[in-house]
Amino acid sequence: MSTAFRVLFAPGFFASSPVHVALAIGGIAALVSGIVGTFTVLRGQSYSGHALADLSVTGGSASFLAGISPLWGFAGTGVLAAGIMDMIGIRRPRGRDLATGIVRGAGLGLAALFLYWGTTSTSTTGAAITILFGSMFTISSGVVPLAAAFGLPALAVIAVLYRPLLLSSVSADLAAARGVSVRLAGLACLIAIALAVSLAAMTVGAILSTALLVGPAAIALRLTSTPGRATLMAALIAVAATWVGIVLAYDSFTWPPSHDGWPVSFFIVALIFLGFLAAQLAGRSRRAAAW
Amino acid sequence: MFAPFMVNAWITASIVAVIAGVVGFFVVLRGAAFVADAVPQGAFAGAAGASLLGVNTLLGLGLFALAGSLGIGLLSKRARRDVATALILVMMLGLGALFLSFTVEYSSEIFALLFGEVLGVSTGEIVPIAGLGVVCVLAVLVLYRPLLLSSLAPESSAARGVSNTAMELAFLVVVAIATSMTLPVVGALLIFSLMIGPPAAARSLTSSPLAALGLSVVLAVVTVWFAIAASFETNWPIGFFVGTGGAACYAAGRILARWSVARSAV
Repeated sequence: MSTAFRVLFAPGFFASSPVHVALAIGGIAALVSGIVGTFTVLRGQSYSGHALADLSVTGGSASFLAGISPLWGFAGTGVLAAGIMDMIGIRRPRGRDLATGIVRGAGLGLAALFLYWGTTSTSTTGAAITILFGSMFTISSGVVPLAAAFGLPALAVIAVLYRPLLLSSVSADLAAARGVSVRLAGLACLIAIALAVSLAAMTVGAILSTALLVGPAAIALRLTSTPGRATLMAALIAVAATWVGIVLAYDSFTWPPSHDGWPVSFFIVALIFLGFLAAQLAGRSRRAAAW
Repeated sequence: MFAPFMVNAWITASIVAVIAGVVGFFVVLRGAAFVADAVPQGAFAGAAGASLLGVNTLLGLGLFALAGSLGIGLLSKRARRDVATALILVMMLGLGALFLSFTVEYSSEIFALLFGEVLGVSTGEIVPIAGLGVVCVLAVLVLYRPLLLSSLAPESSAARGVSNTAMELAFLVVVAIATSMTLPVVGALLIFSLMIGPPAAARSLTSSPLAALGLSVVLAVVTVWFAIAASFETNWPIGFFVGTGGAACYAAGRILARWSVARSAV
């Protein structure tokens, strides 16, 4: 038993303070992403989530230039971009994807410029990689309360708007008839997504944060059709995938070929993807059994 | 700006823009923005893998672009399309992150792959790009009618004997080919601005498909030319100009369209 324990958790896992910070911040990010993600998937806004993540790269690189915590940049541009997307606001889903894509393209252009300035002025080319692919083990412990402060409003939006959001996700007309402002609910949801994504961007990196947002929610919605239960399950799956990913990444420091560890984000994404494939199979066999 | 070493850049970028304009027209028509966005980003991981193994980048790009497109096509039959796209995309990007962690001293090359490096194209590289470009345009020309039909009216195209599934897969393959050749030039993150900005602008300006297709090509080429010239003058990354140029195209298109509607109403 104890050997199995030691194989699973490499020596020093529980004593290392970067690991504590990673577990805390990864947990917060995963929790928020899982919960907000359920609504992202229900509303068919995976693409908006992905684009907001890409756009937060712009903010991340800008804050790198300005020398402030990337979280401010991630969240700031995320919320701003959510507003612009809503303003272009084309109601049909097809047009919405188009508006999303246009905003995303312009934002990434800016990101290229900021990163270029950043790399030429400080000659640290690693910045682009850190922003894009995350660096969970190098986060300072001071960021944890900041992360919690960004996560809480996102959860609050979901908690307060739970019913109207759900209703407007299922049927916009019905929601409007019941006096729900569909547009306002949509904007609030986009902002919650932006906050969740910027948290995830800190941990798994901007371009992989979509995995935490969409993956666990897609798995949960495959396994249960009750929205409340799916939300809880998605949060649990997200946190579990993140923590197991951190454990594996810590273990991988002894693995070939480089002996300085495989990226955490790879493990988290791979776990979520495998989970999704398994849920597909489980969902199908259960449906077959119901026949 | 037109020095000998710049000639290759002008030629390649023009080829890329024509392809992006043609393929992008169908991307906008089919509402496939997310797919057109995901395939290049995922293919970027293939480039990272190829350079890890020391093989030609174009091979890695092509392989991943094709695998990604087909994966999205297959998985989206079972799950929601946007979810399937997102998950395939992040899985490929995750692999990319893994490949990158295995290589050292590579970040400037990654930056080029993500944000584009049009000025470093050699004469030898133009030939495969032009070849794949011709394949792309030919494929779209051959498929033009059925593809248009299945994009605009999927129900009636089935009745006319056009298989929507086959069209979807064919379209994804074309996107994959277009991606793997345009990616090294404008970068993984920005091909997509070229594939969506000009065609979207063209569509809001004219409703005739053929005119929109032509206009979309013209706008894409103009955007790229402007981007090269500006990038040459300022020394800033070309991706910045392509990204903002694509969005500017769309904004201008929307404003012009509204203006002409308002005028015809008077």
